[in-house]
Amino acid sequence: MQQTSKLLPGEAVFRHTVMAGNHWIDTLRRGQTLRIVDVEGNQSADTLFFNAADVADRYSAVDTIREQGNVYLSCGTKLLSTSGQVLARIVADTVGRHDTLGGACASESNTVRYDLEKRTMHSCRDSYLLALAHHDALGLGKRDLTHNINFFMNVPVTSDGGLTFADGLSGPGHYVEMQAEMDIIVLISNCPQLNNPCNAYNPTPLEVLIWDGDVA
Amino acid sequence: MAKSVEEWDLSTENSADYETIIEGGKHWSFNVSGGTLLRLTDLEGGANAGMLFYNPHNMLERYNAPDTLKCQHTFKLTKGHCLYSDMGRIFCSIVEDTHGWHDTVCGNSTGVLIAGRWGERSYQAFRNEWTQNGYDAFLVEAGKYGLGRRDLAANVNWFSKVAVADDGKMVFDARAPKAGALVELRFEMDTLVLMHTCPHPMNTASDYPRKPLKLRFSKALPVAADDFCKNSRPENLRGFANTDLYRRFGCQDFGGRSGGV
Repeated sequence: MQQTSKLLPGEAVFRHTVMAGNHWIDTLRRGQTLRIVDVEGNQSADTLFFNAADVADRYSAVDTIREQGNVYLSCGTKLLSTSGQVLARIVADTVGRHDTLGGACASESNTVRYDLEKRTMHSCRDSYLLALAHHDALGLGKRDLTHNINFFMNVPVTSDGGLTFADGLSGPGHYVEMQAEMDIIVLISNCPQLNNPCNAYNPTPLEVLIWDGDVA
Repeated sequence: MAKSVEEWDLSTENSADYETIIEGGKHWSFNVSGGTLLRLTDLEGGANAGMLFYNPHNMLERYNAPDTLKCQHTFKLTKGHCLYSDMGRIFCSIVEDTHGWHDTVCGNSTGVLIAGRWGERSYQAFRNEWTQNGYDAFLVEAGKYGLGRRDLAANVNWFSKVAVADDGKMVFDARAPKAGALVELRFEMDTLVLMHTCPHPMNTASDYPRKPLKLRFSKALPVAADDFCKNSRPENLRGFANTDLYRRFGCQDFGGRSGGV
């Protein structure tokens, strides 16, 4: 469901551009709202969430889609943790559909999808690993890199059980917003993929904004 | 006819098959060597077999459902598909499947889900007829290898079909099960398998489904050049190449710490 936001960028308490191939990791306090902007369109924001008070309790794609009975994420989706708690709720979305089936790219999966000789190309998992290494006080590592959300990606499932990578529904300036229901760690890789037509082989910047607020 | 454990002959263990039945609502785990063939049979129809896969030589390498689905452009799992690790290697290939559609995106039943749907049946009151849940079942088996909550991932649910409508709505197909349906997994590398036979989390049967699963272990034939799974997609040719490199050059006996190529 598409839903615009009433939040004003001028009132955001934090604003940061994440260039393609870079990562962003920060803690979102309960009640704060995070907006991710697809600045130039058709980019993928590969995103993971962790319960800041118990990092082994983290975003669970399978529990999230099963409990809402729908494989696509949009406004109204409760982002559930592995223990079934609501980490955050999607409160605005100008795109209407986001993927959480396709996972993040990794140099190893790129060898399978494209060519063994592409093993040295940059990937989301490399960005994730570097982010966690630079923030090792959080106690997170490769074990914690699980099934993520791909905001702005369109990965339709067909009725006969196929998975397709369609042109994005997103475009320049589209955004998605989620409000934290508890203190959560947010980890984003701005996807550096150069082998997939889904971003027209042209990875572009994302912007993240945060507003203070209270959970209703 | 496969040998039961009573007939087990250790002198021929390399050639003997092994067959066992896991009752519904239970859990188990085992290590298999590359080259093992595992046949799963839904004896009565309606079984659900939750399964997770790890590299016993490097437990950080585990089954990756998203990588498995996206590299084969599929949402369901069936014959010809390979189950990938997060390192671009193939734990096992689905070499036979008479069920046709297996789920890998719905996760597990939980204690809360089971209690809400079928009521809680404690061990104290019900003994072996208690209502175990898939999530706790995996945690118990994972714990036997030093694994925990952080190590669980999206699992396979063999013999459970969940289809998706155009608007994304997920539908559990209660008519899909067939008594005697089987799926055969050929392991392409050494693999730790965690499994349970707890109900699929979207199964809304009126009573807690408690369906047995037969497992039969045997030695697989070598992978031929024209193997169906290997050649089902160009991606799988590359997945087999990655796995082969690991088997040929990987250092697999280094205190469980090394990853190979």
